[in-house]
Amino acid sequence: MARMKFLCDAERCIECNSCVTACKNEHEVPWGVNRRRVVTLNDGVPGEKSISVACMHCTDAPCAAVCPVDCFYTTDDGIVLHDKDLCIGCGYCFYACPFGAPQYPQQSAFGVRGKMDKCTFCAGGPLADNSNKEYEKYGRNRIAEGKLPLCAEMCSTKALLAGDGDMIADIYRQRVLKRGGRPQTWGWESAYGASG
Amino acid sequence: MKLIKKRGAEGISTAFGLGEAIDRRAFLRRSGVALGGAAVAGVLPAGMIRRAEAKGASPQEGVETELRRSVCTHCSVGCGVVAEVQNGVWTGQEPDFESPFNLGSHCAKGASVREHGIGEHRLKYPMKLTGGKWKKISWDEAINEIGDQVLKIRKESGPDSVYWLGSAKHNNEQSYLFRKMAAMWGTNNVDHQARICHSTTVAGVANTWGYGAMTNSYNDMHNCKAMLFIGSNAAEAHPVAMQHILRAKENGAKMIVCDPRFTRTAAHADHFVRFRPGTDVALMWGMLWHIFENGWEDTVYVRQRVWGMDQIREEVKKWTPEETERVTGTPPDVVKKAAQIMAENRPGTIVWCMGGTQHTIGNNNTRSYCVFQLALGNIGKSGGGANIFRGHDNVQGATDLGVLSHTLPGYYGLSAGSWNHWSKVWGLDPEWVKSRFAQDQVEGDKGKPVQPMNYKGIPVSRWIDGVLEDPKNMGQKDRVRAIFLWGHAVNSQTRGPEMKKAMEMMDLMVIVDPYPTHAAVMNDRKEGTYLLPASTQFETYGSVTASNRSIQWRDKLIDPVWESLPDHVIMYKLAKKLGFAEQFFKNIQVNGEEPLIEDVTREINRGMWTIGYTGQSPERLKLHAENRKTFNTTTLKAEGGPADGDYYGMPWPSWGPPEMKHPGTPVLYDPSKPVAEGGLTFRARFGVERDGENLLAEASYSVGSEIKDGYPEFTADMLKQLGWWDDLTPEEKQLAEGKNWKTDLSGGIQRVAIKHGCAPFGNAKARTVVWTFPDPVPIHREPLYTPRRDLVTDYPTYEDRKRFYRLPTRYASIQVQDFSKDYPIVWTSGRLVEYEGGGEEQRSNPWLAELQQDMFVEINPTDANNIGIRDGQMVWVDSPEGAKIKVKAMVTRRVAPGVVFTPFHFGGWFQGQDLVAKYPPGTAPLVRGEACNTAMTYGYDSVTQMQETKVTLCQIRPA
Repeated sequence: MARMKFLCDAERCIECNSCVTACKNEHEVPWGVNRRRVVTLNDGVPGEKSISVACMHCTDAPCAAVCPVDCFYTTDDGIVLHDKDLCIGCGYCFYACPFGAPQYPQQSAFGVRGKMDKCTFCAGGPLADNSNKEYEKYGRNRIAEGKLPLCAEMCSTKALLAGDGDMIADIYRQRVLKRGGRPQTWGWESAYGASG
Repeated sequence: MKLIKKRGAEGISTAFGLGEAIDRRAFLRRSGVALGGAAVAGVLPAGMIRRAEAKGASPQEGVETELRRSVCTHCSVGCGVVAEVQNGVWTGQEPDFESPFNLGSHCAKGASVREHGIGEHRLKYPMKLTGGKWKKISWDEAINEIGDQVLKIRKESGPDSVYWLGSAKHNNEQSYLFRKMAAMWGTNNVDHQARICHSTTVAGVANTWGYGAMTNSYNDMHNCKAMLFIGSNAAEAHPVAMQHILRAKENGAKMIVCDPRFTRTAAHADHFVRFRPGTDVALMWGMLWHIFENGWEDTVYVRQRVWGMDQIREEVKKWTPEETERVTGTPPDVVKKAAQIMAENRPGTIVWCMGGTQHTIGNNNTRSYCVFQLALGNIGKSGGGANIFRGHDNVQGATDLGVLSHTLPGYYGLSAGSWNHWSKVWGLDPEWVKSRFAQDQVEGDKGKPVQPMNYKGIPVSRWIDGVLEDPKNMGQKDRVRAIFLWGHAVNSQTRGPEMKKAMEMMDLMVIVDPYPTHAAVMNDRKEGTYLLPASTQFETYGSVTASNRSIQWRDKLIDPVWESLPDHVIMYKLAKKLGFAEQFFKNIQVNGEEPLIEDVTREINRGMWTIGYTGQSPERLKLHAENRKTFNTTTLKAEGGPADGDYYGMPWPSWGPPEMKHPGTPVLYDPSKPVAEGGLTFRARFGVERDGENLLAEASYSVGSEIKDGYPEFTADMLKQLGWWDDLTPEEKQLAEGKNWKTDLSGGIQRVAIKHGCAPFGNAKARTVVWTFPDPVPIHREPLYTPRRDLVTDYPTYEDRKRFYRLPTRYASIQVQDFSKDYPIVWTSGRLVEYEGGGEEQRSNPWLAELQQDMFVEINPTDANNIGIRDGQMVWVDSPEGAKIKVKAMVTRRVAPGVVFTPFHFGGWFQGQDLVAKYPPGTAPLVRGEACNTAMTYGYDSVTQMQETKVTLCQIRPA
């Protein structure tokens, strides 16, 4: 069984935001909700690095651990999904998440939260695969169609990798060997534990 | 697991424990959600994420999905786009893994092109401005009214008083038709974006070694050992190219970025060279000084294939490390290291873009880059070359097809011979074509009388002067009274207040575009502006030329949305009204009102002998599109399959007629392959001798050449002298008699030359000295607006010119004035990854607009503190010509002290005013902001009239 993971290669990320707009396009994510975003460190000075961030689909997901209504579940592929019919929009998961992944639609001027929304690894939600209802609540289900997340598939420089953890680790290891540098698997330790 | 408390929903950077580090995104997020976005989010029912305005374009369950293929319209990389279409609606995008250019990848723009098919903010139907209000009209009314008005102007002022501004957004067939339409109307007042993006490249490069185009390809960069970027920010302007560039880097190539800004590309470089804006020649000569000083040049290559290097040496001698530092501000060791990396890692490539081209000495800059590469022996080699990244998706094609005021399609000039050639291809009597033009001679650029037909027209950079200038001072009968802005963003041009005045002086403005554009709102016209909705390239089909000269075939994804029409249909309607449709489409089938694209491609094939657009028939192009997965992603050569042996998209030149099956030329001037297999020599374009010296190549020739030395371009007579005349068929002989390789419509001269292993255009040396240009040896000249008054004496600009492309053009009379006291800050401009050009399409696309919500100016902390402004504060940027723009300050070390940067994609504001109320209802872009060019100043290249937008002066004050 595959264990789906994301890996962003900071040596290759150029902050072009294709992952962000691919996600917006694929799932018609509304303005103000960012399932994926690109963060840049040391902006404008030597050492500038960018990383594309979304839900990392953690092995022992902290969001699930704190959810009072237990709306999270992990698929057989290791993808962390949630049920919007159960979600009460309390925002605990946002506090728990080390990656700032959970998003909330802006409902009013006073910041009352709606149902949480986050990256689904393009795997939809608990409703019937690629039904209109699933699409409306969670976006497209590419995994059900045998495809991978569009953000990674469309990454301009192949910096963002998505897929079976072993396979993407192999791809990344080859790059690191070629470059002769130290691996920088940013976020892997917190998402997948020390063994990666 | 330790849970960390976050500070707030917005603060992702603090959530990562990054402290107060400010990045561009954080800066923009803090600026708040734009109104449009807030409103959209506000009406969503709980639990629904579906975008409210995207109704009807979402994928539906149980409906058959069809995959269709096109090519992205946002830059010259040529990324394949795969669309999912349900019942004629574009419901999804898939990665095009089969494309050898992008291998499935996209940038932010490419990953969001489906929005074109939703088109919520597009212009929906023809409209006209009447009594200061927009009124919906029908296509027939629009064409009739516009036609009547231009015919009236033609009668009163002549054909040159109507300006035809075309577009790099046209496909090849539409570009060709656009140039032909201007010819049928009878004017050379036709131009497009290439003038203000790479005109100085085309002029500089073509005059150095033959063709004005990227020599290698993005893919070939995998073979580089070194890559020098100057004035190119590929990470933002050509993001998918970075895939190939970073692959090269991982293969061990050294990457150097020379730029006044620490760009996102510089962030990936091994060596960053910061230099003062506008001092490219000084920097290149400063590097070349080290090359010559250390004997790092390729002496054999230079002896065999380069002319004039001794004159370059004389100039370069002056550019000692001290003088280079005095002018460029770059420390000697930084310059030397760059030179050494390039010398020690060959083959190496040079990449340049608008940072180098958009200067009053743009042609000097581009030639200095060429000379540097020639000295190192890097041109005509895989892994080397001048990889000039073009801008728009089809700016290479539109340039090749002559949407320019000084050429006809295929770079045929405006001489009688060129007109005869094209008249023959069109099947028209040259006398009829001539009769369409103004007949009275005018005083030309050189002070001699010329026929308007043979006189280059007003370039796009100067159309406003074509309106404002006194006709007495102009090289045409009357001023410009009407303009077609056909796929053009006027916010990409300088001198906003003067442009506004020009717009208000004109009788008629016709904007043909998918969007109303900045042009519709930036003036206070009350009457006589028409908006015609054009379709995007996703709503039609045809061919498009990528930066590497490969031609790709686009399929139609969806029918035109709203009431929009493809450009070629609008051209047909207009031509019919103006009375020349019959001649215009003589050999082109018209179905209803749509000219058959394939017939247009074939007509292009029949006429474009100069640059080898002759082999790429619609059938071959479609074959390549269908079998794109068979092409190697480094060499671009098909390995097996139906296109076996061809290079992807048959990068021009693909010599001879399609039946000759020339595979295309992947690397220009590469003699390591036979010409028949894509090899080439430098073109013999400048004669055979100069100052008693041989201009032809010496002991250098392409593999398999039967002439083992240099030779001139092929003519019928030359074939006879060589004894090859009888290789022609009797039919070819008939057409070839008295002709040369450019004008022989049979293609026989090219075929026979190639049969004997020769390049039809000859085999010469590249020339480093262009004796026909104002500065034969490229030299540094200070910008018109410069803070370095001490350098004005040593490196002055040109004298003013009385007539240049029909207009008086100023240089010294501006530079002589010292503005640097009141306007001490150097100002440059450039791109953002989310937007392109004038940005109308992208700022109207919510997926992109959300990522860049504010126009801003980058300013160094030192300057910000001296002026007393803080990050995120609104400021005025004042120009020495009196214009001002109101933008947000972004305090960053990306720019050096004393230099500020603005992006150029914004529009919809004018000198502090948001013009949202002036758009036709529902068409205002989601994000609006000041066009930086409103306050950019005067200045034009001395060969091409390229506008100077990369260095001027300004002052900044809190708003």
